[in-house]
Amino acid sequence: MAINETLQQELVKDLLLESHEGLDRFDRELLALEQGQTGPDSMNNIFRVIHTLKGTAGCLGLGHIEHTAHVGEDLLSLLRDGKLHSTPEMITTLLALSDALRGMLRTLEATGTDGTSDHSALLAKLVQLQVAPAIAAAPAPVEKPVFGLFDDDEPVVAVLAVAPEVAGAVVMTAPASVQASSDAPTPTTLHAAPPVSASASVEVAGKSSVADNAIRVDISQLDKVMNLVGELVLARNQIVANTTQFDQAALMTAAQRLNIITTELQESVMKTRMQPIGNVWGKFPRIVRDVSHELNKKVRLVMAGQTTELDRTIIEAIKDPLTHIVRNSIDHGIESPAKRLSVGKAEEGLLSLRAYHEGGQVNIEIMDDGGGINLDRVKAKAVAQHLITAEQSARLTEREALNLIFLPGLSTADKITNVSGRGVGMDVVKTNIEKIGGSIDLQSQPGQGTTLKIKIPLTLAIIPALIVTSGGDRYAIPQVSLLELVRLEGTQARKGIEQLYGAAVYRLRGHLLPLAYLNQQFKVKAGVPKNAAQAMDDVINIIVLQADGRPFGLVVDEINDTEEIVVKPLGKQLKGISSFAGATIMGDGRVALILDVVGLAQHANVVTETRDRPVIDTKARAQSDADQRQTLLLFSVGKDRRMAIPLALAARLEEFPVSRVERTGATEVVQYRGQILPLIRVADHVAGRVTPDEPSDILQVVVYAEQGRSYGLVVSQINDIVNESVTIKRASASQGILGSAVVQDRVTDLLDVPGLVRAAEAHASLAA
Amino acid sequence: MSTNNQFCTFYVDGLFFGVDVLRVQEVIRFQEMTRVPLASPVVSGLINLRGQIVTAIDLRRRLVLTERPADQLPMNVVVRTDDGAVSLLVDDIGDVLEVDESTYERPPETLTGAARQIVRGVYKLKDRLLLIIDTDQTVDLHEKTSAGLTKVA
Repeated sequence: MAINETLQQELVKDLLLESHEGLDRFDRELLALEQGQTGPDSMNNIFRVIHTLKGTAGCLGLGHIEHTAHVGEDLLSLLRDGKLHSTPEMITTLLALSDALRGMLRTLEATGTDGTSDHSALLAKLVQLQVAPAIAAAPAPVEKPVFGLFDDDEPVVAVLAVAPEVAGAVVMTAPASVQASSDAPTPTTLHAAPPVSASASVEVAGKSSVADNAIRVDISQLDKVMNLVGELVLARNQIVANTTQFDQAALMTAAQRLNIITTELQESVMKTRMQPIGNVWGKFPRIVRDVSHELNKKVRLVMAGQTTELDRTIIEAIKDPLTHIVRNSIDHGIESPAKRLSVGKAEEGLLSLRAYHEGGQVNIEIMDDGGGINLDRVKAKAVAQHLITAEQSARLTEREALNLIFLPGLSTADKITNVSGRGVGMDVVKTNIEKIGGSIDLQSQPGQGTTLKIKIPLTLAIIPALIVTSGGDRYAIPQVSLLELVRLEGTQARKGIEQLYGAAVYRLRGHLLPLAYLNQQFKVKAGVPKNAAQAMDDVINIIVLQADGRPFGLVVDEINDTEEIVVKPLGKQLKGISSFAGATIMGDGRVALILDVVGLAQHANVVTETRDRPVIDTKARAQSDADQRQTLLLFSVGKDRRMAIPLALAARLEEFPVSRVERTGATEVVQYRGQILPLIRVADHVAGRVTPDEPSDILQVVVYAEQGRSYGLVVSQINDIVNESVTIKRASASQGILGSAVVQDRVTDLLDVPGLVRAAEAHASLAA
Repeated sequence: MSTNNQFCTFYVDGLFFGVDVLRVQEVIRFQEMTRVPLASPVVSGLINLRGQIVTAIDLRRRLVLTERPADQLPMNVVVRTDDGAVSLLVDDIGDVLEVDESTYERPPETLTGAARQIVRGVYKLKDRLLLIIDTDQTVDLHEKTSAGLTKVA
């Protein structure tokens, strides 16, 4: 039984796979039929999809699907035999049939059964349509599959049976006579139909379509092949590099051949993951038809560049955004026929989709010749919905105003329709497209129409990146977040960077650009400049990056080149470091880290929501371990104790009024940036006597973050930040104190912050 | 716990360790590494293992032993984990040993600190002790981050 169940599951999986494809084809062919663009096999194809589905479902005991498909088949067989002529009503009903079947398939996928959904109205309609002409369909033979489970070739036989009839010669009653007639037509009269699983291999294809020669391959299998090819490429590189040392013609020739074959293999394997964008667009004629019918609009869909190829993962990612845009264009863009006529346009609106390659990217244009976007209305809506203020709206440029439609919550539709107007649309579209490293651009001419231009990378796995060097290591910066590069030389380099309360800034065209030094952020030593000239000139390279919509400058030692890199994930040991997005392998086989620009900006505190008193610790982190110089934050605890912590440990300095202190259990807390910040009074937890100081209305707090949690260390007064070489006498280590040192001629205790936090927590849990 | 008694052995700071041979993907010579700033000091860097990026963990640091002399290049013992391959940096590689189950003992209670977490048991070989390390524990650095911070202070 177990074997049968597995087999059943396998068969169901196959059924699901091929039926979804089949139903898509069914829709396409029906729409073509409606527009009179029928090929000789259209009707056969349409019929076959339903017929196969019925047969397979019957085999697998899926009675509900079988029955529904069966009723549809009755109507289709009349159509195919020319006993009926298609009407728009019929097409609509048949499309509804394919939706119903899809719904049942989804139920099957989710629950393992075909459900009990009620489609009696649809079925009645299908039956009713059959009786339009006098020729009542003889109850189509209920063809219980007689050849067991594997009757995949049954539909082929059906094709054989019906093929000649399309040519208008013979009228046959379909499946019943299948067995008898299967040898009648000669194979040469056949046009290959799209594959129905195994049947593809049985067909004697006169003109084979692309799909006929395709097989299904598991994506993970392809990924594996791709990885292996990657390894082969690296091995090839080593072989080729090393054979030059040997003076052996045969070896050289072999290496050369290996080289060529590997390159070709790599290209071919890359291609296997590519799919034509037409796979997504195939659904659009149906969507356009449905939406325009629903809205009583007339829309003609024109598509160009269906064969433009994209990586499978990208195809998946753009499917929903594109669908949304298409629906939006019809709903908001294209006007009603009456309005169009009144402004002198053709009654039928035009929606055009175009895809093409450009500069290593794929461009997709969605163009409509509708009313365009009414900027005043968008602005008014945005103001009415409090997304922007009236003053802001007055200052917006045309382009900025257009981009308002990407704001979450904005909808210009006056009423919510089935199609759109819920205000959850374009912002999601934009986010989804940006998630895969793409961009979206909008142009609109009032009265003329709207064009949306989407640019997406060919593949997700390979991204363009800027390679930089800092502290002798190479890093890759994804180009999507790159704004510009600034190079300061000579005096500019010496004077251009100003300090603002400890934070380095650069005046970029009149605006202050906060700077972060990569080697300081990463606590690595600045690299030795490559050549003497650079050292003389004091060159400063600033990479202007965008994080969370704010620009900041990243100072690096050297800017190398832009390169296409392959993104590889980091192991879990490194997942916690938000400054890295992954790693990649460079041309020389070494690993380079890919920077996560947003994570890095947060690490460097260059983008934070409150800019009150940020401790920009870039300076602090530049310390080389060799000379033991440390930047210390000096503060006093009580009247007489002087303490210090490495500035790097202080995330921020804050002041809180005593009135804001609340309690949970035994712990004092304050609400801080949407979180609860536990306060630790340093005086209560360090060893040794502390003379209490006068109570003050303001608490001085050093915020310390550890493993995603923040703690507020309450001190009496922040004194200074010094950069000193300190010698710690570890002997005096006791609770909360690492040791003492002489700083600025005074004995200063160095606080053991993690230890102190542990102690305070232990204390709190005891008290509670 | 597996019933496999074969261990891939190696030396770290004079101590003799073993990991379940079925967990070992391969042993390779020293590889060029790319250091990872801001990472735990236990992470020595990233190596390129035939196109796969593998994190290298220095077992000396992981086990809180003395630092490896600068002139001594470590070997990579690449082990399989749930999260892909991880390389353990060791001083020198030994044989694959088949050991007698009767010589096994749990680590003594006196073993403390990082070693307590990592060393799963001890085989009393004739001339020395074979310390068996748990690879899952070894590559789990969750506890180590705070220790790394303490070092900074």
